[in-house]
Amino acid sequence: MENNQLTTVETAQKLGIQPQEFEMIKGALGRVPNFTELCAYSGMWSEHCSYKNSIKWLKTLPKDGPHMLAKAGEENAGLVAIGDGLACAFKIESHNHPSAIEPYQGAATGVGGINRDIFTMGARPIAQLNSLRFGDIRSKRTKWIMAGVVKGIGNYGNAFGIPTVAGEVFFDEAFEQNPLVNAMSVGIVREGETISATSYGEGNPVYIVGSATGKDGVGGAAFASGDLTEDSAKDLPAVQVGDPFQEKLLLEATLEVIASGAVVGMQDMGAAGIICSTAEMSAKGEHGMIIHLDKVPTRQAGMQPYELLLSESQERMLVVVKKGQEAIIEKIFEKWDLPCADIGSVTTDGQLKFYFHGELVADLPAENLVLGGGAPQYEREYKEPAYYAESLKFDPSKISQPIDYKAVAEFLISHPNIASKRWVYQQYDSMVGTVNMSTNRPGDAAIVNLKDSNKALAVTVDCNSRYVQADPEKGTMIAVSEAARNIVCSGGEPSAITNCLNFGNPYNPEAYWQFVGAIKGMSAACVKFQTPVTGGNVSFYNQSKIGDRTVPVFPTPTIGMLGIVQDKKFQTGLAFEQEGDLIYLAGEITNDINSSEYLYSFVGEKNTPAPYFDLDKEYELHGAVKKAIQSGLVRNAHDVADGGLICALLESSFPKNLGFNIDSAEGIRKDAFLFGEGQGRVVFGVEPANKAAFEKVFADAGIPLRKIGTVAKGVTVDTGSWTEDVSTFEKRYNTSIEDLLLQEA
Amino acid sequence: MKFGVITFPGSNCDQDLIYALEKTGGRPVAQLWHKDHDLQGCDMVFCPGGFSYGDYLRSGAIARFSPIMQEVIAFARKGGYVMGICNGFQIITEAGLLEGALLHNNTQKFICKNVYLRTETSNSLITQNIAKGEVLQVPIAHGEGNYFCSDDTLKQLQDEDRILFRYCDKDGEIGNGANPNGSLDNIAGITNKGRNVFGMMPHPERAWHKELNNEDGKKLFESILNTVLA
Repeated sequence: MENNQLTTVETAQKLGIQPQEFEMIKGALGRVPNFTELCAYSGMWSEHCSYKNSIKWLKTLPKDGPHMLAKAGEENAGLVAIGDGLACAFKIESHNHPSAIEPYQGAATGVGGINRDIFTMGARPIAQLNSLRFGDIRSKRTKWIMAGVVKGIGNYGNAFGIPTVAGEVFFDEAFEQNPLVNAMSVGIVREGETISATSYGEGNPVYIVGSATGKDGVGGAAFASGDLTEDSAKDLPAVQVGDPFQEKLLLEATLEVIASGAVVGMQDMGAAGIICSTAEMSAKGEHGMIIHLDKVPTRQAGMQPYELLLSESQERMLVVVKKGQEAIIEKIFEKWDLPCADIGSVTTDGQLKFYFHGELVADLPAENLVLGGGAPQYEREYKEPAYYAESLKFDPSKISQPIDYKAVAEFLISHPNIASKRWVYQQYDSMVGTVNMSTNRPGDAAIVNLKDSNKALAVTVDCNSRYVQADPEKGTMIAVSEAARNIVCSGGEPSAITNCLNFGNPYNPEAYWQFVGAIKGMSAACVKFQTPVTGGNVSFYNQSKIGDRTVPVFPTPTIGMLGIVQDKKFQTGLAFEQEGDLIYLAGEITNDINSSEYLYSFVGEKNTPAPYFDLDKEYELHGAVKKAIQSGLVRNAHDVADGGLICALLESSFPKNLGFNIDSAEGIRKDAFLFGEGQGRVVFGVEPANKAAFEKVFADAGIPLRKIGTVAKGVTVDTGSWTEDVSTFEKRYNTSIEDLLLQEA
Repeated sequence: MKFGVITFPGSNCDQDLIYALEKTGGRPVAQLWHKDHDLQGCDMVFCPGGFSYGDYLRSGAIARFSPIMQEVIAFARKGGYVMGICNGFQIITEAGLLEGALLHNNTQKFICKNVYLRTETSNSLITQNIAKGEVLQVPIAHGEGNYFCSDDTLKQLQDEDRILFRYCDKDGEIGNGANPNGSLDNIAGITNKGRNVFGMMPHPERAWHKELNNEDGKKLFESILNTVLA
């Protein structure tokens, strides 16, 4: 179709624009849009850019907190004050659909994009995290996706030079066709030295900097806003190609340019490329722009205006420069050997006027294109799915106790969801930047050093997708709570969260019910922990075909949490440190085996409720843990999570080859005690000399505390009813994933 | 003695090394720029880790042609102290200041983890404070760290006591199980005939401070500082 030809509703539908949206566009423009203009709308009003099916619910999330400097939606990432004049910018984003069809580039560009969100604000990234979901590890497809995704994350992040300090990997056949790749970046900036994604000042020049623009990723935002199907491989050109070397240069050049003071505003180019950055910056600054698309440096000849507008070529930024200071920024980009082109200027009328070789090819009101402006917002229907009521009928008394507890422990510790992820994380540079304090002292959250200060950051990503599938509201509360628990157990205090909401098709009422439940649960937990939601992203349309049924992936609201370690001496590891130390279990001990890895994978009972959870008790537990740690009464702490108590104890045993001698509690199922995943529990190692003081902290707080045993050389459970060497378990834990990857499908 | 650290485009361990050198040495370190021809009067020049010029061709293959490297090569030939860590080792090897080459890891994967190194000689600037046979825990992080050289070169390295570190287990035993990348003879670091150029794949600057819960790498910096401050 000719660029300037007037469009029809059929063309609109082919571009993913619904008939009523086409009418809205005509109404806003007062005329029929041409093809280039309609393409601009297809990107901007896509689910990915407009959040049209999620924004009504996202607005209900708690955004306020005492330390918030930039709230959700205000900038490219949330900004939190962390004291000493420093602020932390952090955000998580998905790259699920690209990773499903081109795992290496899909994952690599996910890492690139999220880091640009951080440094476009003027913050220097200091840590990266990621959260991954794959199908059955034994399947050929999963092996291909996993190898590509991990290599993609590694090669991009390693060359970019920011350490990957934490993450999670989870396998279930629900993710067979549609993996989840969520990448998070955390950056530091001095308060007041950030730069905004805005544009104003008539006549100020507009620059595009970084890589040249190619045809890669044209229509990527629209691609990510539709169902992933067997035909999706045809959309391969919608996947972008990353260059971490350019990103590293762009990082250094960008931070130098911001420090020069010559910049009015800046935004990275991610989804929907030039149209998105020009529209969002102009709308925020309540100005317009004239852009000459033929001045954009390109990789290939013959690019059409709509391709230039929608290209998602990576490692690019749009920069509005103070008039008269052009030479300053041009010199900095020359120093770093990066392209830097003046492509237009700021106007006052709020219109985006795109010219191509002198001809006006698109004339659009910036405000009308963007979220919060003219972009549509929908309420979607939702309906409780049948499986939920069915799950509540589960009767654990019908599950008989295992005969061989040691065999279950071996099964769990070598299950790919629990076993060591070293095959994955050793491909990531986790130590560049020399800020990772957890390398030689692992804990529940990664501790990131703030050099030359008393403080450190504690960061974690968490979500047990199975719990959210079982009960979206409770499961998401658990995700937030586990993140907070991890931060508290490692010596930090929760500060704020970012979220990555991975769900199925929003037009499917049952998938949308999961989304609504997750939002409600997240709100409740974030209010309780005083951890505002600073931003993140929504990824709908994640689904897999199992047999002949198309089912949504397990709903996965990944929580990335930031915590502050007020004094580095509070850093607490998870490893047992001294033989003879007392082992305590704090929190409610319940008869619960719901949705545990034991019940799901060992017993084979798939549809059961979320595990035991009590938000108020969880919060009180965290207070006591914090007090015990800050009073210096704790040698090591580790929360009870996947695989239950036995896996928590084994994980504490491996780093220093020290085991435990414990006895089960009376009066509850032994499998629930050892393998149940009831929430709100923490295991501690305590020096005998601190026994009374430690116990008093929990007694004062009214929190159940049970001394379950002592740190020992080997593993002994229930007065010797079974024993094993730590190293036997450790070998299985370390090599399980490597062995499974080598097995033929 | 004045230290300088070169920044190539894509260097990402330059600031870590500068920080470690300044904190252990207590004096500023010169930052050298790849486009310059000026070594700023440094007595010892470091090529840091990272991905110089992206390393899309072969690690260090482009960096050796950079303007600053022409000065580094001349400086080393005159006996000046030069040390390359990780990508820096690859660069100075490509530049011909050290023998051999660094191939892709035999695992075909990037590897980042702690490894153990056995100190093979105390007869060098960077190991003179470390006893021969002493085992250090220092991390590696590379995709191309598989040291290779001809049989003749290997014999020379061995005969001339020019192997600085070899990969070992925590008890100091050398074996295939302790070799993370397939390096010939478990070689992790070497020096040249003149004993003024040093290259190693592991990162001592990632193991020099109590906040990192590992200070083994500090012994290398202290070896250097002891000489120059003496």
